[in-house]
Amino acid sequence: MILATMLLAVALGPLLWRVPINDIDFSAHLEGPSWNHPFGTDDLGQDLLARMLYGGRISLAVGLAAMLVAIIVGTAIGAIAGMSRGSIDAALMWLTDLFLSLPPLPLLLLVIYLFRESLKQLVGPELGTFILIVAVIGGFRWMQVARLVRAQFLSLREKEFVEAARALGMSSLRLVVRHILPNSLGPIIVAGTIDVAAAIIAESTLSFLGLGFPPDIPTWGRILFDAKDYLDIAPHWALFAGGAIFLAVLSINFIGDGLRDALDPRTSA
Amino acid sequence: MLIAVPSLLGISVVLFVILALAPGDPFGELASNPNVPPGVAAGLRTKFGLDDPVALRYLRWLSAMLHGDWGFSFVSRMDVDTLIRQRLPATLLVIGASQILALFIALPVGVYSAMRRYSIFDQIANLLAFIGFSLPTFFTGLLLILLFSIYLDWLPFVFRTDIAATGWHWYWEQFKQAVMPVAVLALLQAASWTRYVRSSVLEVIRLDFVTTARAKGLPERTVVLKHIVRNALIPVVTLVALQMPALFGGAIVTEQIFRIPGIGSLLINSILANDTPVIMAVTFVFACLVILFNLIADILYGWLDPRIAYR
Repeated sequence: MILATMLLAVALGPLLWRVPINDIDFSAHLEGPSWNHPFGTDDLGQDLLARMLYGGRISLAVGLAAMLVAIIVGTAIGAIAGMSRGSIDAALMWLTDLFLSLPPLPLLLLVIYLFRESLKQLVGPELGTFILIVAVIGGFRWMQVARLVRAQFLSLREKEFVEAARALGMSSLRLVVRHILPNSLGPIIVAGTIDVAAAIIAESTLSFLGLGFPPDIPTWGRILFDAKDYLDIAPHWALFAGGAIFLAVLSINFIGDGLRDALDPRTSA
Repeated sequence: MLIAVPSLLGISVVLFVILALAPGDPFGELASNPNVPPGVAAGLRTKFGLDDPVALRYLRWLSAMLHGDWGFSFVSRMDVDTLIRQRLPATLLVIGASQILALFIALPVGVYSAMRRYSIFDQIANLLAFIGFSLPTFFTGLLLILLFSIYLDWLPFVFRTDIAATGWHWYWEQFKQAVMPVAVLALLQAASWTRYVRSSVLEVIRLDFVTTARAKGLPERTVVLKHIVRNALIPVVTLVALQMPALFGGAIVTEQIFRIPGIGSLLINSILANDTPVIMAVTFVFACLVILFNLIADILYGWLDPRIAYR
């Protein structure tokens, strides 16, 4: 699979391709692909393959981490709403609907603008940006998961096996963790897979707008942002970075689609 | 219209809370400036009410927004609402045109591939739709620029507001520079809409009333247009309304790539220039637009399905 190759490449690539990412060589700037530099070089003569491999680590890590945040928050809120009837359920669902009608990108930009500096001072520029971006992207993508989990819980908690467990005197928390949650995993996994793709796009978008990671950390979006001003003389630069994002997202979406077909036989799309 | 008010209030609360939670305040620099005596800084803080409780500050901010006092842009040296009014038409034009284009692509393709399920056309359309919504807007934009502006040299890639032409020629230039941004957004939308339309038509197509309509001997055209499409569109409208927030994200990126002077690029530039009043106002305008489009979707519901009534 393409995705497996990519994961392998970004995990092992930097060990095999030992060209430093910030080796500036003006004599070889903006070169097309060659044997010395398989993906060509950028405006400072830095090797693009090395930068792509390094950036891929960050882009994919952000995608996975943001997906985890979204799933954890979404499952927690959906589970609480699904188990409690009445006003708590209504309030949480109102919150979910509110977040669904918020435009994510402007808010992402707003939050990053407001909190960027202080977090950088707290834990350093790289980790700070990473935490911020993961938290914010995850924080604006939990709503679908919450709705799915709530819907699953509403139907599952009336099933006989849950009733039997409750009759045996099981506590609510144990009931949720042991019986209801494992049975509602299918849709969560599908939503999570698609969230990874969305998070990768979101991170690349932020970097592409120049508001993601600092310039010395080459994520795929950042490389594309740097490349867009040299589109006419060095198109390979933008094509490799954009192509990597596109392939990653496409293969994740395909996996999500396949999982949906496998886990949920009703929706034969 | 009244359904929109609680959501608008909720959004304004969220915005204000984010702003209030953020570290640093407009007088932070004043406090560290040795030339300003601490008494003066404290006086200014009381004068502008920065030490009041959050709820009070929120109410004051809200009433100012309602009165049309949106603040003053320190960077552009003009009122924020004039600035936004200048920029809004470009954004609305691009978004509106791309929606219409996407509809004209997605509806026929989606219906046709559902009617001929598993045909070659269906498979190709499916694959293209998948590719379409996996392509991030910024990459599509760059690809189009590369192809049409740099290799073919057909279209300009920087949006200009100072076109020195009149009459038809002016419209032609406007059209030429709007084609690519509109196409980028429309492709993204059309890809996901095609999938929605297709699966929704597949759901409707096997229902009894469709068989009845065919059995009555109605021409296929009437069955498809009046019976199938109309009913299939109801769930599609929901999904489209849910996608609206994401569309505005795409619009921001598109405006930034093609340098369209809309509110999206205004947002980015004010973030880069630390222009807080403009950032707050633009974010709020985006939220309002999302709610506006949701309202339109609600009205469309009523039209598509007369059983749903609003009182």
